[in-house]
Amino acid sequence: MAEALLTLAGVHTHIGQYHILQGVDLEVREGELTALLGRNGAGKTTTLRTIMGLWKASQGRLRFEGRDIAALATPEIARAGVAYVPESMAVFSDLTVRENLVLGARQGRLDSARLEWILGFLPALGKFWNHQAGNLSGGQKQMLAIARAIVEPRRLLLVDEPTKGLAPAIVQSLLAAFRELKATGTTILLVEQNVSFVKRLGDRVAVMDDGRIVHAGPMPDFAADRALQMRLLGLAMEAHT
Amino acid sequence: MRVIRSLLSDDVPRGRLLVALLAAILVGLAVVPFVAGGARALNTAATICVFIVLVASYDLLLGYAGIVSFAHTMFYGIGAYGVGLALGAMGPTWWAVFTGLATALTVTLVLALVIGLVSLRVRALFFAMITLAVASAFSVLASQLSDFTGGEDGRNFRVPEVLQPGYRLIESEIFGRAIDGRLLTYYLVLAVSVVLFLFLLRVVNSQFGRVLQAIRENDFRAEALGYRTVVYRTLANCIAALVATLAGALMALWLRYVGPKTVLSFEVMTDILLIVVIGGMGRMYGAVIGSVLFILAQNYLQLGMGRAAAQLVDWPWLARVIHPDRWMLWMGILFIACVYYFPTGIVGKLRGTAR
Repeated sequence: MAEALLTLAGVHTHIGQYHILQGVDLEVREGELTALLGRNGAGKTTTLRTIMGLWKASQGRLRFEGRDIAALATPEIARAGVAYVPESMAVFSDLTVRENLVLGARQGRLDSARLEWILGFLPALGKFWNHQAGNLSGGQKQMLAIARAIVEPRRLLLVDEPTKGLAPAIVQSLLAAFRELKATGTTILLVEQNVSFVKRLGDRVAVMDDGRIVHAGPMPDFAADRALQMRLLGLAMEAHT
Repeated sequence: MRVIRSLLSDDVPRGRLLVALLAAILVGLAVVPFVAGGARALNTAATICVFIVLVASYDLLLGYAGIVSFAHTMFYGIGAYGVGLALGAMGPTWWAVFTGLATALTVTLVLALVIGLVSLRVRALFFAMITLAVASAFSVLASQLSDFTGGEDGRNFRVPEVLQPGYRLIESEIFGRAIDGRLLTYYLVLAVSVVLFLFLLRVVNSQFGRVLQAIRENDFRAEALGYRTVVYRTLANCIAALVATLAGALMALWLRYVGPKTVLSFEVMTDILLIVVIGGMGRMYGAVIGSVLFILAQNYLQLGMGRAAAQLVDWPWLARVIHPDRWMLWMGILFIACVYYFPTGIVGKLRGTAR
């Protein structure tokens, strides 16, 4: 069994007066893709932002590679090897595609072999290399946000709803991109509403409700259990295929 | 061509009209002492040079890093007072210039670092308020310490011999112009301004500049990529402040005078803000176009209106409308027209058209 790369134990997060995460226990194993599912408002995005240090956990332990990261600032967590792709096509729209990618490479230089590999499964970025990111389509922006996160090798990739609002053809491209990433052994924690998308990618699944993990286990078992899906998500995965 | 690209840090101005305008400005500033001999023209040209640097350094803060500061004139004033007071106290030597400059740069660095580290961690509004308070306090201090600074009247001082009007580099004239200390001072101001502008262009086109733009757009995303936003913002604040200090030192050498009204007043700060908006925020070349238009209007609009009003004696109502006393009104109208027709600034519009 793969080792846990990231462990959350009893994590609570408050945003203002709201108690969003109410004791999250989650394990993300090395080299696997863990899908984090749940209804709107369950706390999925807050979980990713808490891991990234953008919102501080008010209680609980966050361990990455055995190191406590709860007290670290966001840049330190990023430098430790965690990459984050926020939802809503988070590119820097005033900068070009190239400049966005160079920002992901903190030394200011792109590794040509790695770039060639990325453009192999995200070819649209090569076509718009010197175009302003703000002028790209939604799908291209999403691809750019993912490419920027992986332009340097990272230990863990946190991705928040990459398929949100995208056309089916673009979703297929993203599926291929995630498969490519998985093949390199990249550890991924993927928040998604599109359950058919994660069913085809996920090794493990965790389902959130009301700020807690209410189910965690292997994806094939979850995908096969219609009753469990109905109970936890209010729908079955077939409905999304 | 490759040398020019390299000098411009690969940030070549797009659009033929923009290139033509910038080339005309550069050539105009280079030849102005020989084609327009009057003191007014030379003074306008020197002010344009200094303001290009001052506004470009402010654009690094506002346009690239998204930081609103009201302390820029304070750093400009520190440079001017540093050189002016040193020359006044130590006599007209280059040693005094360098001592004053070094002192001014040190004071600026310490102040910019402290203000940045204390207030750039929190809301942008807090930083703006802190800079406003510190700049106001500094301005009052400069006026109150009259034994040292000359108070409201400021101080006149003598500059090193080669920069004095009476100095002649060569006895003969060139194109009918004496090669005197005033001319040498002008070319010193022009040369240093060009170097500082190219330096700022290099800064904004480096990885550091890209990170600043990323922070301006979304600081959380920049942090998530591993960039310490406070460090970058503070560094930007320090670089902008140091360049403003150098601009102030140039202005002092040119004017041979320092006083609160010329280098520390809030009027200078509003001029900088207006020029940034006219030229285009986040566009270094905007500082060039904006400064030229604004300083020319400030120096010649009143004169031009006076001449035009004199020609219109047969239409007294029209003469009253463009009476030179109303030049500020027309300046305001020109500014509103600029903002209306060029919401992204003149350079923003010209670059957009070129795309």
